[in-house]
Amino acid sequence: MDALLLEYLPILIFLGIAIVMATLMLAASFVLGPSRPDSEKLSAYECGFEAFDDARSKFDVRFYLVAILFIIFDLEVAFLFPWAISLGDIGVFGFWSMVVFLGILTVGFIYEWKKGALEWE
Amino acid sequence: MGEGAFLEGYVIPTAIIVAQIVAVMIPILLGVAYLTYAERKVIGAIQLRQGPMTVGPFGLLQPIADALKLLTKETILPAGSNRIVFLMAPMLTFILAIIAWAVIPFDEGWVISDINVGILYLFAISSLGVYGVIMAGWASNSKYPFLGALRSAAQMVSYEVSIGFVMVTVLLCVGSLNLTDIVMAQQTIWFAVPLLPMFVIFFISVLAETNRAPFDLPEGESELVAGFMVEYSSMSFALFFLGEYANMILMSGIATVLFLGGWLPPVDIAPFNWIPGPIWFGLKVAFLLFVFLWVRATFPRYRYDQLMRLGWKVFLPFSLLWVVLTAGVLVAFDWVPA
Repeated sequence: MDALLLEYLPILIFLGIAIVMATLMLAASFVLGPSRPDSEKLSAYECGFEAFDDARSKFDVRFYLVAILFIIFDLEVAFLFPWAISLGDIGVFGFWSMVVFLGILTVGFIYEWKKGALEWE
Repeated sequence: MGEGAFLEGYVIPTAIIVAQIVAVMIPILLGVAYLTYAERKVIGAIQLRQGPMTVGPFGLLQPIADALKLLTKETILPAGSNRIVFLMAPMLTFILAIIAWAVIPFDEGWVISDINVGILYLFAISSLGVYGVIMAGWASNSKYPFLGALRSAAQMVSYEVSIGFVMVTVLLCVGSLNLTDIVMAQQTIWFAVPLLPMFVIFFISVLAETNRAPFDLPEGESELVAGFMVEYSSMSFALFFLGEYANMILMSGIATVLFLGGWLPPVDIAPFNWIPGPIWFGLKVAFLLFVFLWVRATFPRYRYDQLMRLGWKVFLPFSLLWVVLTAGVLVAFDWVPA
């Protein structure tokens, strides 16, 4: 088998063992623990009140905004990873190329900041 | 192919790998158990209490008693929940916290899988952690878990960006994604010294990423009861708990590899380099874990807007600037590793 892929075999086995362990632990609690459900016990916890309405209601749009910003910056990090390890080969030109790229992103970041996308009050 | 060749070619290597995995997993699970004990003891000592003292000598059997208690409790599946996702969430949290250890080197060559993209693997696994929280919050179909999960997801992704930038600065100084290479690059000086601000940012971001105090808003008892874990009980709760503490140990391990020279002794002279590498590694991880507990006992909880401001308006610009600065210095002085 390909030597490169073979290096990932232990991770695969590790994953298998971890899944089996988690499943066993969960299964053990069903076997060993009591099971006496009643409607009060199974209802959603709301500090002792009856649940007013469905929990899956509207929520603040800012959470979406954070997620979108995260995607932009995480992609940026993903770009930086290969650049960082090959900086020795690409040298000064590679450095300035990335500075230009980061500069453009910084302009976007300043715009977001000024627009108030990062405000939580 | 003969039976002997099959045995030698597949069975024995697999058995060795399984033995290695077990040899890593048992100390981690024991570590998790006794981290919960250490937490109660340390916080107890800071507050001039004794902490657990009843079960066993000095309360040493307390974690085992806790585990047995949790095991014999009823696993409640709320009526309104999505049962499969509800049970998958704690399993995912636990599995992710465990499998990341596959690439952590405890000494030179003491690593289960020495892949050449180790850091990328760790980054990917720790990014997936947010799914456990989101799944738990959504599947519970209850208000507190839902709000807790939303907050937690936003918080975790916010700090992940700065963790990414911090990793990039380290990579710039190493020129490799392999964790063994990263440790070996620190033989002259630990990265915690030249990159001290990055180390501080990394540690604080890790506190936020693992939902630890003072950033434990997703579980803020006084407002969200226990956040995304409200509806969980018995082993499903225990898996979250194990996952959270295993994550703390894992993140301390990553910080040790990236900044504190992994298994390397502080100075490579006689009394220090007699002590084997894995013990140095363990000591450094234990120290960082102590700081986790110390911080929890010392600081009040952050407010949510303060938390987001710190992540996006302080850490993100600062770490981005440091990436450019580090790269600039390396290029200017021709120090870039080949």
